[in-house]
Amino acid sequence: MTSQALEILNFEQQLQVQDDSFKALSVLDKDGNIIDEAGFEAAELSDDKLVELMKRMIKQLVLNERSVKLAKQGRLGFVAPTRGQEASQTATSFAFNDADYLMPGYRDIPQMIHKGFPIYKAFLWSRGHHEGNLMEGINTWFPQIIIGAQFVEAAGIGLGMKKRQLDACAYTYTGDGGSSQGDTYEGMNIAGAFKANAVFIIQNNGYAISTPRKVQTAATHLASKGWGAGIPSIVVDGMDAIACYLAAKKAREWTVAGNGPVLIETLTDRLEPHSMSGDDPLRYRTKESIEEWQKLEPLIRMRIFLENKNLWSEAIESEYKEEVNAEIDDAVKKADNVQKQKVSEFIETTFEQPGFVQAEQIEKFREAGK
Amino acid sequence: MAVKTYIAAITEALDLALEKDENVLIFGEDVGKNGGVFRATEGLNQKYGDERVFDTPLAESAIGGLAIGLTTQNFRPIMEIQFFGFIFEVMDSLSGQMARNRFRFHGTREFPIVVRAPYGGGTHTPEMHADNLEGLMAQTPGLRVVMPSNPADAKGLLLSAIESNDPVVYLENLKLYRSIKGEVPEGYYTTPLDKAAVAKTGEDISIITYGGLVPVCLKAAEMLEKEGINAEVIDLRTVSPLDIETIGQSVEKTGRVVVAQEAQRQAGIGSAVMAEISERFIMSLEAPIGRVSAPDSVYPFGAAENDWLPQVDDVINSVKNVLSFE
Repeated sequence: MTSQALEILNFEQQLQVQDDSFKALSVLDKDGNIIDEAGFEAAELSDDKLVELMKRMIKQLVLNERSVKLAKQGRLGFVAPTRGQEASQTATSFAFNDADYLMPGYRDIPQMIHKGFPIYKAFLWSRGHHEGNLMEGINTWFPQIIIGAQFVEAAGIGLGMKKRQLDACAYTYTGDGGSSQGDTYEGMNIAGAFKANAVFIIQNNGYAISTPRKVQTAATHLASKGWGAGIPSIVVDGMDAIACYLAAKKAREWTVAGNGPVLIETLTDRLEPHSMSGDDPLRYRTKESIEEWQKLEPLIRMRIFLENKNLWSEAIESEYKEEVNAEIDDAVKKADNVQKQKVSEFIETTFEQPGFVQAEQIEKFREAGK
Repeated sequence: MAVKTYIAAITEALDLALEKDENVLIFGEDVGKNGGVFRATEGLNQKYGDERVFDTPLAESAIGGLAIGLTTQNFRPIMEIQFFGFIFEVMDSLSGQMARNRFRFHGTREFPIVVRAPYGGGTHTPEMHADNLEGLMAQTPGLRVVMPSNPADAKGLLLSAIESNDPVVYLENLKLYRSIKGEVPEGYYTTPLDKAAVAKTGEDISIITYGGLVPVCLKAAEMLEKEGINAEVIDLRTVSPLDIETIGQSVEKTGRVVVAQEAQRQAGIGSAVMAEISERFIMSLEAPIGRVSAPDSVYPFGAAENDWLPQVDDVINSVKNVLSFE
């Protein structure tokens, strides 16, 4: 005898349905084979675009290596390594246009660089120099420190774009830790309610500093958080650059067409410390788990795939790495030569019109040459 | 000039701003069809449509984020927080984000956001509906905090706040919404931000106050007048940043001061005013500064609130106390 009442009350079954509802989107397997031809075709990645995507991922790789070194030498301030997240970060952002608006989290420097933000300014942001926040003409904001704020703000940008009838969207990133923030939900929910032009990306890299993913939530899939907001939500193999690109491309098309926001969860791993400010991953995870993930990292499979297509070689890669290294050398020099900041300017830029007391302070610091 | 209530002056300012600039948007909980829980946005959704005056989900933090994001598309958002006590839910958007953004971008971008919220006690609201939390806002560099005390200022200051290219927290006194009326000039006009007003001139003592306590202090001054005490009442209007010039002129004239606020005593606007007077005008003072405030407890909503809130007698007693100092 079937009973709708008892069916509804079958909690166990409901949990099972939630677990079964998200399959990870995958196009390129770890050995560099296309396992979903239709998916690959849907990505519409020409050979030129594939090479460009690979170059951008290599750029992220080199920028990370150099940033980590500079941080160890005390030549940068806050640095959050990005190793392992080349597909999750660079390949997703590769699907967006200049007109689209990036709202990055603090680890999302590579996406800013690919949008045209100069590397020396990224270094200045890390050092706490205001020139690191000057991004005129480029549709990105500074990397957000308060996790979740970028989600509610992206909703506002996306709503504004919809009101202006722009062929563009906002796209924003957070992590598995960020998925627990109230603002993450509020951002997705309000964007959904207004069908705002926005793509939300949760990079599930396993750890929020040291706190493992399983401590964040009982949800098996972080993508399910989007269902509560009533928006399409998908899980993607975050080590598969083609899948990450395809997911972001389709999400962008959907939202720009006026259908409302999309949530993407990328399954990835942060192969290095949370930041270069004293984090030791071996305090909270095993060496073996890192080694397992290293085998899956996105560049290995992309190299094989592109080499098989005669689009990539060790020589091309090392030549390009040299190019990026030279760009970074210049960026370091440029960052070192920037003018010192003035306290008077800090007060001046706090208000368009300073108050009486603030005007006195500006004068005082100016007189002191500060 | 027409005589209008405080809330009617606010509605009129919002209407004029929507009419003047198509980039102005109004949004918040129940501000659309319903015209706001106090009817401050009455008729505006019907007049300007859902694109410009709209309800949001019940999510203050998202409302704040929405405002910040909308500025990137050159909108001038007026966001309503239904009661000022709900501000805790949106503190990051206010103090962590919009207030800091001009500084972050080194003055290259503007955040013309108005945060409207009703505050203030004496109307028997539930908990967290009446608290005077302006001190929390004033602590944040980059936020301007405006608290009008009469209909004419309510209109002119709101239009100035909307014209400002910086975020302004514009606080509307709940009790004043319909309890006071005043002459309000016709049409579009602005009242300057960061400028205090002399609400009543006097020679014997300066009562420095703002917002909901201005009518209370004016009443006290009126009663003191009958006893031959001629008090000056300064209405700060913008409580952050402070108008030191107007405060100074009054203090130098009278030499005696009472600072009155509805908020609790600890920290806050009154303390800031007293500190500035002590630093700058101590030689003009003939007596220690008197202080009227609520006591340092949690706001006791409902039954006992009028025992707790500063009243006319408290102002009178403080004035007499300061005047009796030899």
